[in-house]
Amino acid sequence: MKADPRGVLTGVHFIDGDHACCEGALAAGARFSAGYPITPSTEIVERFASRVPTVGGTFIQMEDELAASITLQGAVWGGAKAFTVTSGPGFSLMMEHIGYAAMTETPCVFVDVQRGGPSTGLPTLPAQADMMQARWGSHGDYEIIALCPNSPQECFDLTIKAFNLAEEFRVPVMFMMDEVVGHMTEKVVIPPADQIEVVPRRHTRKSVEDYLPYETNGDQVPEMAHAGEGYKFHVTGLTHDERGYPNMTPPVQDKLVRRLQSKIRDAADRIALIEEEQLEGADVVVVSYGITSRVAQRAIEAAREQGLRVGKLRLITAWPFPEKKIRELAAKVKAFVVPELNLGQMVREVERAAAGRAKTFAVSHAGGGVHNPQDILKVIVEASR
Amino acid sequence: MSDSLIPNVLSNDVGNPVEPFLRSDRMPHIWCPGCGIGTTVNSFARALIESKIDLQSLALVSGIGCTGRVAGYVKLDSFHTTHGRAIPFATGLKLANPKLNVVVYSGDGDLSAIGGNHLIHAARRNIDLKVICVNNLIYAMTGGQTAPTTPDDSITSTNPYGVFEPSFNLPHLVEAAGAVYVARWTTFHVRQLARSISEAFKKKGFSFIEVISPCPTLYQRRNKLGDGLDAMKYYKEKSKVRHGAPTSEVGLTMTGEIVVGKFVDRDRPDYQTLMRAQFAESLGERFVEQAEMVCS
Repeated sequence: MKADPRGVLTGVHFIDGDHACCEGALAAGARFSAGYPITPSTEIVERFASRVPTVGGTFIQMEDELAASITLQGAVWGGAKAFTVTSGPGFSLMMEHIGYAAMTETPCVFVDVQRGGPSTGLPTLPAQADMMQARWGSHGDYEIIALCPNSPQECFDLTIKAFNLAEEFRVPVMFMMDEVVGHMTEKVVIPPADQIEVVPRRHTRKSVEDYLPYETNGDQVPEMAHAGEGYKFHVTGLTHDERGYPNMTPPVQDKLVRRLQSKIRDAADRIALIEEEQLEGADVVVVSYGITSRVAQRAIEAAREQGLRVGKLRLITAWPFPEKKIRELAAKVKAFVVPELNLGQMVREVERAAAGRAKTFAVSHAGGGVHNPQDILKVIVEASR
Repeated sequence: MSDSLIPNVLSNDVGNPVEPFLRSDRMPHIWCPGCGIGTTVNSFARALIESKIDLQSLALVSGIGCTGRVAGYVKLDSFHTTHGRAIPFATGLKLANPKLNVVVYSGDGDLSAIGGNHLIHAARRNIDLKVICVNNLIYAMTGGQTAPTTPDDSITSTNPYGVFEPSFNLPHLVEAAGAVYVARWTTFHVRQLARSISEAFKKKGFSFIEVISPCPTLYQRRNKLGDGLDAMKYYKEKSKVRHGAPTSEVGLTMTGEIVVGKFVDRDRPDYQTLMRAQFAESLGERFVEQAEMVCS
């Protein structure tokens, strides 16, 4: 279906990534956000708080991130599209509720504008060090989807994508920005509402008598009902059967947890978005994401000027990881170079997928700034030998 | 039981009148013999009958613990959330769909320890929620550890030599934080409890009903306070109805008097009323009322 025009600020704007993310959420149909202030993400909810009363919706500033990350899920079960926004320390506090959303299959979006950590770390400076936490931060086995924008325009476009994926798969989607992308001001084009595709909720059409809240119909994603519609359904974070009733037996656990995983894994090729450039005939492929992909571009171009055959692979979707693509490339290239604003996170995935068929070089950076392109270039040159 | 409290909802006299409110396919429940939680659910169901509330627009939210399991047993839209977070979940539910009547049904540990911050802030905001707090004075699901409500000198598994930290007086706490309706009963006072729940349904704003309830398995046994029946005798003998009692004077001890009654019944605008008024004033015609947020 098409976007509700009330939420779409059609036009050409000069705004930062945080504000663009907010506009993306509104365009996607988000009418509820619960948040807690934290640098460098706060501008997103500040804008939402200012905009949402004029489009028909609610923002509430909660007492902490624990509250924010579950309040939004209450709103989802009340019928809203909802999201919350945070940065490292708040993201850590939200982990339990990311697991709750995964377990209860509550479609929602968690925006993490990454800053330097651990702990309070570098509140106003960038990092990309929450990438593994986004994937593995809550306890137990589950899958999420994570997207990594590298510009304000993508903060708009991919926020819509994040909501759409959340609805399609009934999964929490992590929107992994970083401080630079969040605070970078660029041109953002917001198209007319009738050019924005929005995925509606998988709302059941079944009668009250026929509806089972966690029954699936072949595609592994159950249909939802909202509170107040007469379905009198039950939702629990306990292991549950198709009725939504607690059933803590190994067979029910096995069936449920495997489905939570396979509904994403089986669709991984379709979900995993990448941007590629000159991969054909490349000796070295630079794998990057977020702001680092823009710094790496400079290094890639410098290397090409030296005659090196360098390809670019940008992760737009970090999770599920485009494993197949890396595996195929590993059979053809000499090496992967993975710059990121952490001491080695996504590089582990590249290394795992390459499985020894191509070398993997990390270009780590502890955060607080971006790489010097020369540092990436040096590793590209080394990897090309 | 007074007949006026229990309209005959069944066409004949077989069956229990509260049965239509329960998921009988989930019985038997997990609660121990002598536990008071089931008794509170009975009073809750009777309040639903009495207040003739529309069940389709009623949602119940629980946290974690013995009382947290209530959500699983009531035939309503029900949410068994995470430990301590029933109130913020319920807040989101209510704000997204203001037509819902949202009840939070949870235990003392869930609501006042891990969830204590949410309890006071929801009361401060005056979110239109009906909170039923079953207070069994202990962490029961996990085996009898000290709760913020455990009275002085009690023996618990984590205070094996006796509790020495002061406990919360919950009615005092929530009144100070801003609740518009505060009452306390014990599981001996089933009719009074049902009546208080019905009254809370008529209030707009943050209502809090504390129900003192026995835990024979962990609290009573460790403290040599007998079984469930002994608890009933204690509640009967030592409870004193004092409507309007200053909440600062209703703190609990292990074997002393239990002051019960309706302590607070006042009016102040709830969160959503204030929010709409503020936006209407500040934004004028630019303010768009939140219509159906339902997004499908």
